[in-house]
Amino acid sequence: MKTENNDSIVISVCTGTGGVASGGYKVIDAFKEELAKINCTAKIGPRTHKVGCRGFCAKDVLVDVEVNGEIETYQHVTEEKARKIVASHILDKEPVKKWMVKEDYHNFNDKQQKLVLADCGKINPESIDEYIAQNGYKNVKKAMSMGPENIIETIKKAGLRGRGGGGFPAGIKWESCRNASGNPKYVLCNADEGDPGAFMDRSIVEGHPHLMIEGMIIGAIAIGSTEGYVYIRAEYPLAVDRLRLALDQAREHNFLGKNIFGSDLSFDIKIILGAGAFVCGESTALMTSIEDNPGEPRPKYVHTTDKGLWGKPSNLNNVETWANVPIIIEKGADWYSSIGTEKSKGTKIFSLVGKINNTGLVEVPMGIKLREIIYDIGGGIPKKKAFKAVQTGGPSGGCLPASYLDKPVDYESLYEAGSMMGSGGMVVLDEDTCMVDVSKYFLDFCKDEGCGQCTPCREGVAQMVRVLEEITEGKGTLEHLDLLEELAAMIQDTSLCALGTSAPNPVLSTLQYFREEYEAHVVDKKCPAGICKALTIFTIDEDLCTGCTVCARNCPADAITGAKKEPHFINQDKCTTCRVCYDSCKFGAVKKG
Amino acid sequence: MDLKAVNKILSQFPKERGNLIGILHEVQNHFSYLPEAELRHISKQLDIPITQIYSVVNFYNRFSLTPKGKNEICVCMGTACHVKGSEKVMNELQEKLEIRKGETTDDMEFSLEEVRCIGACGLAPAVVVNEDTHGQVKPKMVDKILGSYKS
Repeated sequence: MKTENNDSIVISVCTGTGGVASGGYKVIDAFKEELAKINCTAKIGPRTHKVGCRGFCAKDVLVDVEVNGEIETYQHVTEEKARKIVASHILDKEPVKKWMVKEDYHNFNDKQQKLVLADCGKINPESIDEYIAQNGYKNVKKAMSMGPENIIETIKKAGLRGRGGGGFPAGIKWESCRNASGNPKYVLCNADEGDPGAFMDRSIVEGHPHLMIEGMIIGAIAIGSTEGYVYIRAEYPLAVDRLRLALDQAREHNFLGKNIFGSDLSFDIKIILGAGAFVCGESTALMTSIEDNPGEPRPKYVHTTDKGLWGKPSNLNNVETWANVPIIIEKGADWYSSIGTEKSKGTKIFSLVGKINNTGLVEVPMGIKLREIIYDIGGGIPKKKAFKAVQTGGPSGGCLPASYLDKPVDYESLYEAGSMMGSGGMVVLDEDTCMVDVSKYFLDFCKDEGCGQCTPCREGVAQMVRVLEEITEGKGTLEHLDLLEELAAMIQDTSLCALGTSAPNPVLSTLQYFREEYEAHVVDKKCPAGICKALTIFTIDEDLCTGCTVCARNCPADAITGAKKEPHFINQDKCTTCRVCYDSCKFGAVKKG
Repeated sequence: MDLKAVNKILSQFPKERGNLIGILHEVQNHFSYLPEAELRHISKQLDIPITQIYSVVNFYNRFSLTPKGKNEICVCMGTACHVKGSEKVMNELQEKLEIRKGETTDDMEFSLEEVRCIGACGLAPAVVVNEDTHGQVKPKMVDKILGSYKS
């Protein structure tokens, strides 16, 4: 079959980690095969290309089909659907409406303001030519003509702050490093994104690595650096591959290496793979790790901008921070600083995960309200459950209750509320989440991931975990809560690095906002959310039970008995409180208590 | 001792500091773990004390001094996976494989590890087997997943 087709066709398939896991590569192959089969010849296309994550992982595989400039987006595309889309949309000019994205996709995107992620999901991350065609790397030339002082002044004026956690003003850091004595100076990129529930940096590296590289080159010009490093997690194999490819392409174009862009400046970037140590995301630990050592943090009385990697001046920023730099150079400090709040400028990317309908990456202007992120963009909580808290800032952050939903999201507001911006993880928790269990989870994380160097963090956090374990096992008393606060204060005051000083945050913030839940555990010996096994029993409400037998069939312990269409009964001696009955009952007849 | 393989890996890295972790990654990829004799050889070649190499190997979660199974299963224990039931998936895997996390089956087919957030929170709970990411894993899917890797 031969089709005369003069249409311009572009098919873009999401191949971020989410897209690949949902079958993105197979979908690409299916499109290619089908298009070849119908011998589709087109003026510009068709080209089927890979694009990075566009943020809405819950709908993967997402595919844009562009015919003569008209773009339609399909969700949950499979190989089979891909074949039918070619037949219907491309051949018969009839888009398959039932597979297209729905209202929630548009709601998810409409309130976002994408700067860093603007091209993620549109551009092929494995092609430098596509980026160059969109004026990519032009900002390096612009920066060269501006000169180092002007670049630093622009970054300062734009108000760019570190997106990795602390929120330190990037321009001031660059200036300190530029003015420090010692050579060479190092420009480092922290891609050791370890906060559980956070994947902003992975998506940037997978979806648009050249943006970050361009930012690092501009930084190197400003600081006067010739050597750069990207420290990236080995757990991100796709990101590592795409970064490696992007660096090679940049070298081929002489954007990296000796005499870059034909100037007398030289700068190259080396990749260092992490090896599964969360603490290496801490600046001094990251540098110690590059130096062939265990990643143990160093005291910070000497700034790393004076003595960092190999004892030389070093400037570390994370992926998202670097990726903002070309945008600021292109559009100017005034434009950039018009976005956001008084002290927090620009946009921030959050990974919106947990008990939320629209799981994914969102980029929003600083100062947006939590409610807008969770309800307007995120589509609220699944199964009509009640919102309980949102955990921000990773293991060092805190849990904020519903009363904070209308507070603005920026560095200061989150800090004042007892949490922090962190790198941008935002985990939504619903009524079925036990706050004691969540704080135990984070503390346990910090206990395992601490380097073990300083006593307050190593022993103190372990003690706090033990206290929390006793509470969840039903052995807690009110004194346990006092002990938690006492230990937390000690750890905050005396730990060596930020991992230690911030480790108690999840416990302190939950004690502040959800104290009654702790008290229910230690006084009433009950876990209101029904998570802590020793403090939970499940019973069946005879009036609500329809005798549908679903719970009895699903119970792995054979603890539920009852005839069809008759109320069922849970035998407490056999019950392992696994919650299967509670989760599977459609009539709300299984009660926890 | 497979010196040839180690020397080949060493030759791929420039002779400069800052490459130890990268070299250890490659050696572990080749042998599935870090054998002592090979580490001693690396120590001599790089002029880094074996004690320092040992402390590095022990510090980082990804390095192992004991052989790993043909298939490496990593259960994501990130926050999103935690609140969506990754622990139940881990328990099911432990039960089906009859090993604890951190161990390898006797037939050397499977190793079971927990991993801190892999950043695939949209797929929570997620399990990575070798290079494949499995999303929205439920305990009852474990059998099927294991079956697809059995030789």
